[in-house]
Amino acid sequence: MSMADQAAEKKAFRLSMLIYDTRYRSITIQVIALIALALVGAWLVSNTLSNLEALDKELGFGFLSEPSSYDINQRLIEYDSRSSHGRAALVGILNTLLVAFMGCVLATIIGVTAGVARLSKNWIIARLMTVYVEMFRNVPILLWIVLVMAVVIETLPVPRSFKGENATSSMILGDSVAITNRGIYFPKPIYLEGSMIVFAAFILSLVGIWVFGRWAKKRQARTGDILPTGWIKLAIFVVPTLLVFFIMGRPITLEYPVFKGFNFQGGYQMRNSLIALWLALSFYTGAFIAEAVRAGIQAISKGQSEAAAALGLRPKRIMNLVILPQALRVIIPPLISQYLNLTKNSSLAIVVGYMDITATLGGITLNQTGREMESLLLLMAMYLSISITVSIAMNWYNESIKMRER
Amino acid sequence: MKKTVLFGAIAAVGLTAGMASAGTLDDVKAKGELACGVSTGSPGFSFPDADGRWQGFDVGYCRALAGAVLGSGDAIKFVPLSSKTRFAALGSGEIDVLSRNTTWTFSRDVDLKQTFVGVDYYDGQGFMVKTDLGVESVLDMDGATICIQTGTTTELNLADYFRTNGMTYEPVPIEGNAEAQQQYLAGACDSYTTDRSALAGTRMSFENPDDHMLLPEIISKEPLGPLVRHGDDNWADIARWTLNALITAEELGITQANVLEMAKGTDNPEINRMLGSEGSLAAMLGLESDWAVNAILAGGNYGEIFSNNIGENSPIGLSRGVNALWTDGGLIYSPPFR
Repeated sequence: MSMADQAAEKKAFRLSMLIYDTRYRSITIQVIALIALALVGAWLVSNTLSNLEALDKELGFGFLSEPSSYDINQRLIEYDSRSSHGRAALVGILNTLLVAFMGCVLATIIGVTAGVARLSKNWIIARLMTVYVEMFRNVPILLWIVLVMAVVIETLPVPRSFKGENATSSMILGDSVAITNRGIYFPKPIYLEGSMIVFAAFILSLVGIWVFGRWAKKRQARTGDILPTGWIKLAIFVVPTLLVFFIMGRPITLEYPVFKGFNFQGGYQMRNSLIALWLALSFYTGAFIAEAVRAGIQAISKGQSEAAAALGLRPKRIMNLVILPQALRVIIPPLISQYLNLTKNSSLAIVVGYMDITATLGGITLNQTGREMESLLLLMAMYLSISITVSIAMNWYNESIKMRER
Repeated sequence: MKKTVLFGAIAAVGLTAGMASAGTLDDVKAKGELACGVSTGSPGFSFPDADGRWQGFDVGYCRALAGAVLGSGDAIKFVPLSSKTRFAALGSGEIDVLSRNTTWTFSRDVDLKQTFVGVDYYDGQGFMVKTDLGVESVLDMDGATICIQTGTTTELNLADYFRTNGMTYEPVPIEGNAEAQQQYLAGACDSYTTDRSALAGTRMSFENPDDHMLLPEIISKEPLGPLVRHGDDNWADIARWTLNALITAEELGITQANVLEMAKGTDNPEINRMLGSEGSLAAMLGLESDWAVNAILAGGNYGEIFSNNIGENSPIGLSRGVNALWTDGGLIYSPPFR
């Protein structure tokens, strides 16, 4: 090996190239940034630990198994004040998921309707939707939640006004539903013997609807005939289940809410806090979804609807068969963010006394046990996992409706 | 010595490096003002008046402490805190003392690492209902909807009380006093429960106080008092003996009006020791010799603070009851200045 070769090899890499050679510079910067980030992270952790030590507190999650000693009004699972803090957290998570799910469904319905309506040729409808979107988008969600709650508790009648001879309020829908400022009370189904068979019939009819739908599609593809599928599906949905219900001697009855003492007893109660939070979250997020829907629709070139019209499709079918399926590809990604936003915004629940995970674990438990660090870390982990789950599910859906490249 | 201070909830995301030194006393003197944690608004106890000046029984203690340490009852920064944020604010050093009708309990003292410096109000949890509800006793309230302030001992007492009496109830957790009043007045809950003193104040702030009544039951012991952080014994001593000075002043007849006169020297050695004309108690605390004089000048003695803010002649109208001096058969008692 000659000297020249060695020199060439040396030239291949010198330390200064880490800075002056563009091939290496970006890597150098990234490595330095990474080290800096790790140092900051390590400093945060060590600082936290040393401060906890200075305060004589040690990290530990033992408090989760101790009795919580507080009651929660809204619970989807068994819980009382002797249950553990861990169970209280679970009750909170379920409440968070409940309002997030209900909110996402309603927000989607509101958002899609408002988004489409905002593009309506009807001047009044389009302007009304503009007003809705701008009003909700531009006022903080917290204020909407407080406002809806105030409206619910100030305008609806108190349960006591349903009582006695000179009651000033009355139940609706044949004395089955009571709308009060403490919430809406409605009947609860009671399952007697034989109700399983009714359920089986119901599930079978759902399968029937699916099978019929496929068959009708194939038939349409073969013959070009369009059946009134909506009516037939509705018949399959209702008739067999009802028949079995009566044949089995009506095994499902209803437990009606009745005013007793201070409140309505029996039936289900949808609490004022849940109603306020649900409506506020849905209308607020719905405004953003409406904008995403409008953007998605406007992203589809005019030629598409003109072509569809030229084929003789009516406006409603153009929207459902041509525009929306393509627009969905644009709509879904921002929609995912809105679902995540709604879920995270539900953490404002405590302002109306809705016991979500922030109110139980991050509120009362944190406050009664003084475990700020542990509670907040857990809380963040919970929201992270909920959000990631929503995100994965929606991304999977997005993947499934993506344009198939051929 | 330099140390960084854990800043409550924010600690999880980032830490605020706070400068702290040998002790809270030096910090307060260096800042020139006392950071005092009070409630976000509780009539009679701590609330900003029409001019924005903080008033109330809890505020009275803050002013006395500021007087003792800094010589003026106005050298204070009031920090309004919810029941949930109060301990984090104290632990993080955001405030120097918490005077926010806070109940002295074992776990707060031991587990939450606070030091209670005494009891300035012996309270108990009560219930307020509308008179037309037709309820005479808490025991009549099986199945009722009850508003509670979340993050307080009352939440736990309520759960225990209804459980031991085999009754059910529907808790409506609420963040603050104002929201609780709104829900209670609108009938979204049948009853509002918290410390009786606060209920009395809240009731008087209603348009028609006679439409509301307090039920006779007192379901818990709620000794309320100021508290400081664990670990700074000198500061805890100052806070404790300022409270004791106010109580002793009432016992010995030292008032806002006559304290300057008395400070010149009297025949009673205890007055002389406390007010600084004799002995060196102030130096032991690390304060100026007229510390107790300034504490009393800020708002009067214990009895004056009580009667001006929540006493029978004030709008709140609470009688001294168990909060009378021990010489009058009450529980308010100060160790001697010796």
